[in-house]
Amino acid sequence: MDAMPKWAEVILIPLISLILAFFLSGLVILAIGENPIRALQIMISGALGSTYGWGYTLYYATNFIFTGLAVAVAFQARLFNIGGEGQAALGGLGVALICLYIPFPHWTMALPAAILGAAIFGAFWAMIPGYLQARLGVHVVITTIMFNFIGASILNYLLVDILRPPTSMNPATARFPDATNLPSLHDVLSVVGIPFSRAAPANISFFIAILACIVIWVLIWHTRLGYQIRAFGQSESAAKYAGISPEKIIMVTMLISGGLAGMMAINNVMGEAERLVQNAVEGAGFIGIAVALMGRSHPIGVFLAAILFGFLYQGGAELSLETSIPSDLIVVIQALVILFTGALDDMVRAPLKSMFLMFRKPEATPKAPKPAE
Amino acid sequence: MDIFITILQILDSTLRLATPLLLACLAGLFSERAGIFDIGLEGKMLAAAFMSAAIAFVTGSAWIGLAAGIGASLVFSLIHGLASITFRGNQLISGVALNMLALGLTVLIAQGWFSQAGRTPTLIGDARFTSLTLPFAETLSVIPILGPIYKELISGHSILVYIAFLMVPVTWWVLYRTRFGLRLRAVGENPAAVDTAGISVIWLRYAAVMICGVLCGIAGTYLSTSIQAGFTDNMTANRGYIALAALIFAKWRPWYALGACLLFGFFFAIDNRFQNISLYAWLAIALLILIAALLFFAARKSRLDMFVLGTLGTISAAIAILIWTTNGLAGSVVIPGQLMQSLPYVLTVVILAGFVGKATPPKAGGEPYIKER
Repeated sequence: MDAMPKWAEVILIPLISLILAFFLSGLVILAIGENPIRALQIMISGALGSTYGWGYTLYYATNFIFTGLAVAVAFQARLFNIGGEGQAALGGLGVALICLYIPFPHWTMALPAAILGAAIFGAFWAMIPGYLQARLGVHVVITTIMFNFIGASILNYLLVDILRPPTSMNPATARFPDATNLPSLHDVLSVVGIPFSRAAPANISFFIAILACIVIWVLIWHTRLGYQIRAFGQSESAAKYAGISPEKIIMVTMLISGGLAGMMAINNVMGEAERLVQNAVEGAGFIGIAVALMGRSHPIGVFLAAILFGFLYQGGAELSLETSIPSDLIVVIQALVILFTGALDDMVRAPLKSMFLMFRKPEATPKAPKPAE
Repeated sequence: MDIFITILQILDSTLRLATPLLLACLAGLFSERAGIFDIGLEGKMLAAAFMSAAIAFVTGSAWIGLAAGIGASLVFSLIHGLASITFRGNQLISGVALNMLALGLTVLIAQGWFSQAGRTPTLIGDARFTSLTLPFAETLSVIPILGPIYKELISGHSILVYIAFLMVPVTWWVLYRTRFGLRLRAVGENPAAVDTAGISVIWLRYAAVMICGVLCGIAGTYLSTSIQAGFTDNMTANRGYIALAALIFAKWRPWYALGACLLFGFFFAIDNRFQNISLYAWLAIALLILIAALLFFAARKSRLDMFVLGTLGTISAAIAILIWTTNGLAGSVVIPGQLMQSLPYVLTVVILAGFVGKATPPKAGGEPYIKER
C-alpha cells in the first residue's frame, strides 16, 4: 500500500486539491467577466500587504484554528461533527454571560474564566449529539445539523428578548466591561517593539489558538486517551477488543470537539465584538470542515490551513470592495476545497499513486513489506 | 365558521409548505434507499431554484425553467455520484461541499448575470407556475363543508404541488412493485448480493442519484417559480435539511414520508400564522417537571446516563422554576416565534432519540461498494 512517500500524502495531495479549487474558481471569475489574475493580486495585497491586512487574516485564522481543531479531533475518532457552527454560537453565549455578569478586575482573570465558559457551553452543545451517538447509535451528523439550527434560534431568542439592553434596538448584548477587553496584537507586539496595525481585530486569542494546537497534538499523539481515540477511529471493533469503551470515546471526543468550537468565542465575541451579536459565528463552523480536511486532521496542518483560509476571507472581503465579485466567491473556493480534499480525494490520489509507482519500478528490488500503519 | 375558514387556510398553507419538503424527502428516499447518503438535498434545491428562475426569466416560460432547474440539480447529482460512487469518497463530506458550492455559486452567478444583489429579476406571467383552479371549484363551493374544502384546500395550487403529492404513490409503486425498485432497495441493503446476481451496482446507484436530482430539481423550481417569483440568496432556508429529518422520521418509507412532511409543513404553517403561542403557565410548568422527572428516571442506568440526562433534567426543572417565579401558576407563558421555528429540529432529535421507535437506515448506506476481485 505504500505507493507514495509520506510527503506526497501530506503535502502534495492537499496542494493539488487547492490548485484545482483555485483553477475552477478562476474559471468562475472569468465567466462573470472579471480577471482572475487581478483578483488574486487584490486578494494578496489586501490580506498580506499590510499589517492591517495581516491583522484581519490572523483574526479569521484564529477562528478557523479553533473550529478546524474541533472537526479534526472528531475526525480522529471517525466522527463527523458538523455542529461547529452551533457549538461556537453557544460558546459565545458562555463568554457573554461570564463577561457581563462577573465583575472582573483585569482581563488576565477574565480570559481563563471566559475560555472555561466558552468551552463548557460549546461542549454542552456537542454533548447531546454525542450521547445519542454513543448510546443509541443516532448518526452524529444529523443531530449536529439539527443542533446548529436549534442553537441559532435559541440565541436569536435570547438576544432579542432577554439579553438585549432595554434601551437598544439591536439584537445584541450590552458591551462587555472594559476590564474584560483583550489586548490586540497591536498591544502585544508593541511591547517587543514591532509596529502592528491598531485597527485590526487580531488579538491575544491567536496565541491561545496556537496553544490549543499544541495541547491537541500532545493529547492525540502522546496520551493514553489520544491513543484510544485514534484506535477507535481506525477500527471500532479492534478498539472494543482492546478494552476501549466506544461510549466513553465518543462522548469524550465530542465534548473536546464541542469545547474547542466553543472556544472560538474568546476571539470573535470577547476579542473583537466585545459583545454578543446575532450570527456572530459567520459560518466559521463550516470552514472548520474545510480546514480540518485540508490540514489532514493534524494540528500543524490545521494551523496552516486556517492561515490559508484567513487569507482567503480577508482577501475575499477586499475583493468584494474593489471589484464586482461578491465575497461569496470564498464560499465557492471553500466548497471546492472540501470537495477535492474530502470527497474526490481518490480522484487526485489515484493518478498520483500510479505516477509514483511508475517512477519506482526501475529500483524494484524486493524489500520487506513495511507493516501497515 | 370563522374557525373553520382559519383551519382551512392553515391546512392550505400546510400543503404549500409541505410540497418542497415532500419532493426533497422522496428524492432523498431514492438515493438513500440505494445506499447513497445525501445531505446535499439543500444544495441541489438551491441550484435548481436559481437556474429555473434565471432561465424562466430569460425565456419567459416556467416549463423551460423547470427543465433548466432539473438540469442544474442533475449536474450536482452527477458530482455527488462521481464522488461517492466512482471515486468512493465520503458521501457526507461530498454533500456538505455541494451545499456550500450551491450557496456560493448561485449568488456569484446571479450577481454576474443580473447584477441585482445576487437575485434574479422578479418573474411575471408565464414565467411562473400559476395556481390551477380545478373543475367545478366555484359551483361546488356552495355545498357546506365539502365545498369549501374542495375549493380552498384541494383546488387552487400550482401544478407542481399535485405532481409532488402524486409522487408518493408513484415512489411507492416504483420501489415496491417494480423489478427496478426491488433491485434499488437491495443495493442499499446488500450490494454484494446484487452484484453476484449480475446486476450493476454502479449503474443502479447512479440511477437512484439521478432520480434524486430530478426530484430536487422540481422542489427547487417550485420554490422560485411558484411559491415566490424569483430567486433570492439562500432561499431554500434549510428545507433540504428538514426534508432529511423527515426522511429519518419516516424511516425511509414513502407513505410515512408524506405524513412526516405534512406534519413539518403544518408546524411551519402554524408558525407563519401565529407569531407567538401562549400557554397556561401551570401547563408549561407541569410539562417541564414531567420531562425532568422522566429524564431523571431514565438516568439510573449508568454513570453516563446520569451525567447527560441528569444535566438535561436539571435544566428543564430550572426553566420550570424560572417560569413559576416570574409568571406564577395562573399566568400565561408566551412561547416566542424564534423558539417555535426550531420545533421541527427539536422534534427530529426527540424522534431520533427513540421515543417513537428505532429508525434503521438502509444497511449499506454511506458505504462505497468495492467490487471483489
